[in-house]
Amino acid sequence: MSDARTEVLSRVRAALGRPGAGTTPAGLIGAAPRDVIVPREYRGAGEHPAGSPEVREQLVDRLVDYKAHVQQVAEADLPAAVATLLSSLSEEGQVTVVVPHGLDKAWLAGMGDGVEVREDSPAAPLPASELDAADAVLTAARVACSETGTIVLDGEPDQGRRAISLVPDVHVCVVRAEQVVQTVPEAVRRLGAYPERPQTWISGPSATSDIELDRVEGVHGPRTLHVLLVPPS
Amino acid sequence: MSRTFLGLPRTLRRPDDVAAGPDEPFGAVPHPQAPLRWGDAFPEAARQTLKNGQLRRNLGHATQVIRAKRAAVVSEVPDWEALRDAGSALKERVMAELPELLAELEENVTARGGVVHWARDAAEANRIVAEIAKAKGADEVVKVKSMATQEIGLNEHLAAEGVAAIETDLAELIVQLADDMPSHILVPAIHRNRTEIRDIFLARMGDAPPDLSDVPRELAMAARAHLRRKFLSAKVAVSGANFGVASTGTLAVVESEGNGRMCLTLPETLVTVMGIEKLVPSFEDLEVFLQLLPRSSTGERMNPYTSLWTGVTPGDGPSEFHLILLDNGRTDVLADTVGRAALHCIRCSACLNVCPVYERVGGHAYGSVYPGPIGAILTPQLTASTGGVSGHHDVNAALPYASTLCGACYDVCPVKIDIPSILVDLRAREVDADRSRRGVDPWAAAMKAASWVMSDGGRFGLAGRVATLGHALGGRDGVIRVAPPPASAWTRSRDLPAPPSQTFRQWWAKEHGRPADEGDDE
Repeated sequence: MSDARTEVLSRVRAALGRPGAGTTPAGLIGAAPRDVIVPREYRGAGEHPAGSPEVREQLVDRLVDYKAHVQQVAEADLPAAVATLLSSLSEEGQVTVVVPHGLDKAWLAGMGDGVEVREDSPAAPLPASELDAADAVLTAARVACSETGTIVLDGEPDQGRRAISLVPDVHVCVVRAEQVVQTVPEAVRRLGAYPERPQTWISGPSATSDIELDRVEGVHGPRTLHVLLVPPS
Repeated sequence: MSRTFLGLPRTLRRPDDVAAGPDEPFGAVPHPQAPLRWGDAFPEAARQTLKNGQLRRNLGHATQVIRAKRAAVVSEVPDWEALRDAGSALKERVMAELPELLAELEENVTARGGVVHWARDAAEANRIVAEIAKAKGADEVVKVKSMATQEIGLNEHLAAEGVAAIETDLAELIVQLADDMPSHILVPAIHRNRTEIRDIFLARMGDAPPDLSDVPRELAMAARAHLRRKFLSAKVAVSGANFGVASTGTLAVVESEGNGRMCLTLPETLVTVMGIEKLVPSFEDLEVFLQLLPRSSTGERMNPYTSLWTGVTPGDGPSEFHLILLDNGRTDVLADTVGRAALHCIRCSACLNVCPVYERVGGHAYGSVYPGPIGAILTPQLTASTGGVSGHHDVNAALPYASTLCGACYDVCPVKIDIPSILVDLRAREVDADRSRRGVDPWAAAMKAASWVMSDGGRFGLAGRVATLGHALGGRDGVIRVAPPPASAWTRSRDLPAPPSQTFRQWWAKEHGRPADEGDDE
């Protein structure tokens, strides 16, 4: 008896009518399929350029539609906005926030005494229990798609390990205008430059439609998603 | 060209029947031995489920909600049809080049630190998963919702090996807690309403709050609390895959709740079971399917979370990744020139949500983890080697009749699978197989008799007058619900309009004072 790999591939060849391949388990030999040309008539890009006011407006609209919170914040105001947002997460004023080791440290410059920053890196990862005990995580993003309201992280040092943007209950994500494209193909093209990076596509907070197909926000992933959208400087 | 009988075949029993015990409050369907062949054959199973008014209300509500959502988000995409064309052609290309693409995927996954296994059938795949779990010393694995692992009965096999498989998708959790079977590809617990789900949680979850209400948000929170510790401590996770990119070795899981991300990210070891048809050729092809799938399935512009990973990423996520490439009948489907298009399916479930038959009978009536229109063409073909397509005594051969051929499934299919044509083709083969087994072909005999009657004006007129006697069988609404044999074969599953009280010839003769076949001389 041949090994599973050889046998499965031999069955596939038989199913496609390739010569000398034997048969499938049901004793079949298939006919060769026709040659296929894939039509790509769909939109490869949107009407609006990356970072334009139109795509930013659309991104905000779609994020809000899926119950994410969005603020447009100028670069210079980011530290203050981050600090205000994080300290608002706790009534007692004591907040623990996880950040990836490659995050722009300037974003943390406005943080008050009540906020404890825990840095995570692949070399010194925080255990899952500590991530679970943290109040929030602050990350950058790789690309955003306005038509679908999607933000993509690709695990680079300013976004961190996948676990850190997953376990804490609040995800604060900074997205720059030039990262915002209109369509999915534009986003995939940017991400395709490094397809081997682990990607997480995020469209709003975690949600489920499993009960009567009614959408409910907030399940296992972060129940709250804050997006800080930075317009062009 | 073969003739195709469009009526339902006789009722048959499936081989692995296990009747639900009276002590089973939730699970109308206990776990069968064969996930692709269980319960009564469709005609009888449908007759039973149609009696369940609660099921029909639950399904009617849920499918109505999802149909409206899907229609809304599809209508806002200006190039939807172009995306469908691309998706359809891409999948056709994948099938045509499958040997090369599988080898390419294997090479790329291996190059990135993954381990690729091949499984000829369910038993082989189950064995591989169990061996990995045991090698890791795990007595528990967390699971992402996956049709492939449903299809191979992985949970039952792991349980027999002393490994508990914990379903983490909300709907799968509901089904698992109720010891039930899934009834929908996307929302396995679609047959349950919120009150039933609350009752299941209270009875079976163990740590459900005693004052749990039936508000969906509260139910979701109960599931979050219940599974949190499992996620944080699990050593081994098992997933399926929505797509596998041959050119890069990248795998994709599309989900909503974050349970997928938990399973794909936190445990040290990840085992992914993927059907060999789930490939896409290149990374850029994801731009087609990641537009088609979410809008077709949950009716969202994009699902909340999509995870893409390529082998092992040092320092991020599992340090050990196993990919199991599963045949389990797929090559038999691929060998069928017409039916192979069923392998294009991306498991969105839009065809279930629009199907008038599915909406009324529910998923369990199909006796397979793949219900609805796609199940009606996939299940028989996946079980072809054991008689699923043409086996006279195989209940799965009845599944292609579980349709009105209305074509709604084809209209919504994001990859344009012509389900009605495949259904008709499978029916033809079932009939042909039947014909060769039986000495007398009732269809041919009936046609021969009709030909003799219709070839002579006198005989035809007499037959017409005889037929008017059937008028008496009709109710006040002119419908015959139960006709005597052989017409009973028709009225077993549908009504028959009663014949009129007089034939056209009789009416003509009365109106014009002479028989119709003498023509008009003016």
